[in-house]
Amino acid sequence: MAESEAFVRFDGVVAGYGGGDVLKGVTFDVPKGGVTCIVGPNGSGKSTLLKTVSGLVRPRLGEIWFKGQQLVGLSPKEILRLGVVQVPQNHSLFREMTVHENVELGAFLVKDKKVIAERMDTIREMFPIVAERAKDKAGSLSGGQQRLVEFARCLMLEPDLVVLDEPSMGLDPKTLRSMFETIRMMNSVGRTVLLVEQNARQALKMSHFGVVLENGQVRLSGTGTEVLNNPEIGALYLGGTIEHTK
Amino acid sequence: MTTLLSAQGISKHFGGVNALNLCSLDVEKGSITGLIGPNGSGKTTLFNVITGYVKPDTGTVTFDGRDITNARPDKVFALGVGRTFQLTRIFARITVLENMLVATQREESWLRGLTRSMSSKSELDSAMEWLDFVGIARLAKLPAGSLSYGQRKLLELAYVLVADPDVVLLDEPAGGVNLTLINVISEKIRALNKEGKTFLIVEHNMEFVMNLCDAVTVMHQGTNLVSGSPTEVRNNPLVLDAYLGGGEEEDATEEVANG
Repeated sequence: MAESEAFVRFDGVVAGYGGGDVLKGVTFDVPKGGVTCIVGPNGSGKSTLLKTVSGLVRPRLGEIWFKGQQLVGLSPKEILRLGVVQVPQNHSLFREMTVHENVELGAFLVKDKKVIAERMDTIREMFPIVAERAKDKAGSLSGGQQRLVEFARCLMLEPDLVVLDEPSMGLDPKTLRSMFETIRMMNSVGRTVLLVEQNARQALKMSHFGVVLENGQVRLSGTGTEVLNNPEIGALYLGGTIEHTK
Repeated sequence: MTTLLSAQGISKHFGGVNALNLCSLDVEKGSITGLIGPNGSGKTTLFNVITGYVKPDTGTVTFDGRDITNARPDKVFALGVGRTFQLTRIFARITVLENMLVATQREESWLRGLTRSMSSKSELDSAMEWLDFVGIARLAKLPAGSLSYGQRKLLELAYVLVADPDVVLLDEPAGGVNLTLINVISEKIRALNKEGKTFLIVEHNMEFVMNLCDAVTVMHQGTNLVSGSPTEVRNNPLVLDAYLGGGEEEDATEEVANG
């Protein structure tokens, strides 16, 4: 099947929320095993695009293929079952539940208790905070710590595709670095990552592929470095050239 | 130099957690002061205490020589202390422009902007001017709830500036905002500052803070750790350890060397 060449293929995706279309025909491929980063101005449709992958927004037109299977029309739960997990833009942990409980919830589609326990062990190794703060309420963790727990939770389903909406938002510089490290680590253990970032320079540096979304359409796509070094994109969306005049 | 806004010896605990522990902060009149620190160090709680959203257990807050400790948020706002929120707070069901008109009612009832049918021409002009500045003027007639997260942050920035406060507290103005637009916002803050407006800014984007601020206070575990010029703060070993972490990126190091 031709569609299986790309891990995820967006083909002419048009979507919006009632009033007008936010996405106006988005077409690009997400290659398997890489980190793909979507950048672009505020309101260009980045978050909406991610929501079409996880089934939270249903495209009006167009197709989304994942491992050769059509995602358009499937429910979020069916898409989750296929191995696509999204971490949303806003903090999404249950604040009154413990860290352990939150992470365990990530495996809600898995029925086998033994499998859950095994995955939990792996996760605790990958994310020490899950073990260290297991019994603390998630709401008592700082913003950065909550992000890491959200990552841990999303890996409990052992997804093939991890979708992240602005993972760096609100993180201090130290936590930011460890967050980007964690994304690299998730990728190195076999997860394909699709993310949206306003912290675009740093994100593109660690990404294999970059996509610039502008007014609901793909303006440019290429390797992370190509997007990063494109002078026009640099001036428009990446804060101008590197030498600043102070 | 005179101190415009001052918090002295502020403590605040929530249950067993000491969010603030004898924390002090001075903001000089006419300055752009940065407030940085790790996630969970108490920056937003301090903002909440200053602006009347949280009552401190100990300490005093003064603005322009006047004790505003425990004053209500609307009172603090009316006196001339404006702020934005880390997670945006806008009226989702009215339009972007109507949100702005509510904000122009600083010295009257906030709700008046909602209820009266006509705002003055100058209020409308000023509202549109600020929306244009943050790049969302074309969205003026849309319900604010239809804006993306980043656009809401921009609306909130316009919202606080249109009220023309004497001191503006910004909670992560660059978070979730496009890099090029961050530079535009940075330039505008500088221009407003030249006209005499004072800023206190919480932000994790170090390039933004270090380029813009005259003075920086670093918070750690609920108290002020270090205060000084951006260069002093950046090279302070305590700050490197608590906040910036080791292994600074090369370009950042070069900037320090050149600066």
